[in-house]
Amino acid sequence: MKTLVIAEHQHDVLSPLTANCIEAANKLSNSCDVLLIGSKLDTIQKELSTLPSIDTCLLVESPKLSHPIAETYAPIIADIAKSYDVILMSNSTQTKDILPRVAGLMKITPLTDVIEIIDNETFKRPIYAGNAIQKVRYQAQHKLISIRPTAFKPTGETNISNISFKSIQPTIPQTKTSWVNMAEATSERPELTAAKIIVSGGRGVGSKDNFKKIESIADLMGAAIGASRAAVDAGYVPNDYQVGQTGKIVAPDTYLCFGISGAIQHLAGMKDSQTIIAIDKDPDAPIFKVADYGYVGDLFEVIDLLQNSMATS
Amino acid sequence: MHVLVPVKHVIDYNVQIQIKSGQVVHDQVKHSINPFDEIALEEAIRLKEKSFISKITAISIGPEDVKPTLRHALALGADQALHIHTDETLSTLNRAEVLQAIVSKENIDLVLMGKQAIDDDANQTGQILAALLQWPQATFASEIKPGDTWEVTREVDGGLQTIAITLPAVITVDLRLNEPRFASLPNIMKAKSKPCQTIPINEFNLTEDQAIEILEVTEPPKRQAGTMVKEIDDLIKIIQEHCA
Ligand SMILES: Cc1cc2nc3c(=O)[nH]c(=O)nc-3n(C[C@H](O)[C@H](O)[C@H](O)COP(=O)(O)OP(=O)(O)OC[C@H]3O[C@@H](n4cnc5c(N)ncnc54)[C@H](O)[C@@H]3O)c2cc1C
Repeated sequence: MKTLVIAEHQHDVLSPLTANCIEAANKLSNSCDVLLIGSKLDTIQKELSTLPSIDTCLLVESPKLSHPIAETYAPIIADIAKSYDVILMSNSTQTKDILPRVAGLMKITPLTDVIEIIDNETFKRPIYAGNAIQKVRYQAQHKLISIRPTAFKPTGETNISNISFKSIQPTIPQTKTSWVNMAEATSERPELTAAKIIVSGGRGVGSKDNFKKIESIADLMGAAIGASRAAVDAGYVPNDYQVGQTGKIVAPDTYLCFGISGAIQHLAGMKDSQTIIAIDKDPDAPIFKVADYGYVGDLFEVIDLLQNSMATS
Repeated sequence: MHVLVPVKHVIDYNVQIQIKSGQVVHDQVKHSINPFDEIALEEAIRLKEKSFISKITAISIGPEDVKPTLRHALALGADQALHIHTDETLSTLNRAEVLQAIVSKENIDLVLMGKQAIDDDANQTGQILAALLQWPQATFASEIKPGDTWEVTREVDGGLQTIAITLPAVITVDLRLNEPRFASLPNIMKAKSKPCQTIPINEFNLTEDQAIEILEVTEPPKRQAGTMVKEIDDLIKIIQEHCA
């Protein structure tokens, strides 16, 4: 199985999800190649050298590749993918945008959001917002697969790397897409999908101002912040915080949530968390069906008390 | 300008699905339009109301059962409907190939569709279609500004990204783009006289794509409900233990 992992990066730093993808690749073959596309790759190259099981890192570098535009990236990937049996990416919005376009160019149906690799051609993936698990046989000349990062532990670092680097001169396609801008949801907090602790708020939090209370206890804990779609829609927090079927899929050690009722679309994004602690004033809220610890009561009372006791301890 | 809106007929998002003998139960279960596709259709209708486009065609691929979703699309404001009739479940590649054929047959300038269907959650068809057509794509749109080039704001990890694309193009939509209207009774009546054409799948000469074979569908491991904590002081202790 010749396996290619497509690495992602932001701001010239390797995405931590790449390590999850290498772990998935290891289930298919002993080693893999990695493809790195972008405009400034030297730091990322160094980071890749700390990851195990990589043979060759293919570098496609050009100032014209500074933004991950699907129309530009897909033909480059499709061309390189032709030499591999399996092409793996970690599920992110960038992968969701690009990988199916690569698949269209290669006329192959891709397999997205894999959560388990049983063998070279048998895989599991969730459907219906995770309310059912599909077991599939996937046979294609070039298998195009995206994996759900939370389902694969990141591979550890190594100091015996045999990685070699090879530059490829790309033909950069003419496209009808141009970059305008990126409004970043900047945050000093840990990234949601990589966080050990997530404090999350829903419609029950009531306002943008109230949400600051959630933020301040999250900061006391060094936690990331999540939210339900209702909280995002109401403008309490940016879209980037949304957890669920159409938002981020997370699996932290602890998911602490306030005023989230637990709609199936929300549960789809967090029910693989190790410990779920839920506070809601409605004893019938479905969130209590998945919570390890539930508390029926006013969320503000809990937050105030928590803040006081954390400040003193 | 002619817009194509693919609409998928899926189990209603409010229904808790059931699994029996390795399959999802569809019989006697409420189905409706995929919510993302309804948002795509709403956007097309708004663009037509503002005269950026002139015609909306809704299309659905599937058995006879998908008709109510096409009628719903006509009642909301599509001008015509196409039903591609098949009793098989097509792969996303084959679905995109059908759409590609319709795009050229109907002289489509823009395909507006949901970013994913809530049944298979695949999030592929729009991107594959864009590749087959060699058209630009703007996925996960939360804002669409028509013009000489169309500016589309996309919901991505890390924030909101804006790109500009030249039509013809494929745009897939996210939930926050708009809030779909309800179909009014007069429009539901009027929809009955709008054209709805059925085309059998064999007219497309597809090479059946069987890359993915579904072996079985099972329930996910269930989480056990835990303990309800009565005393707020106990709760605080539990939180502190787990969030240190
Ligand atoms: C196609 C589709 C995709 C979707 N994708 C997502 C997704 O990715 N993520 C997502 O989250 N949702 C998603 N949704 C929306 C989802 O169905 C729910 O509407 C949403 O999750 C509800 O958010 P909520 O729990 O914050 O709000 P609500 O359901 O309104 O719950 C608010 C809760 O707060 C409690 N509360 C209020 N005040 C207090 C107080 N003072 N103290 C304690 N508790 C209080 C209430 O009792 C209630 O249980 C999607 C919907 C659709 C149709």
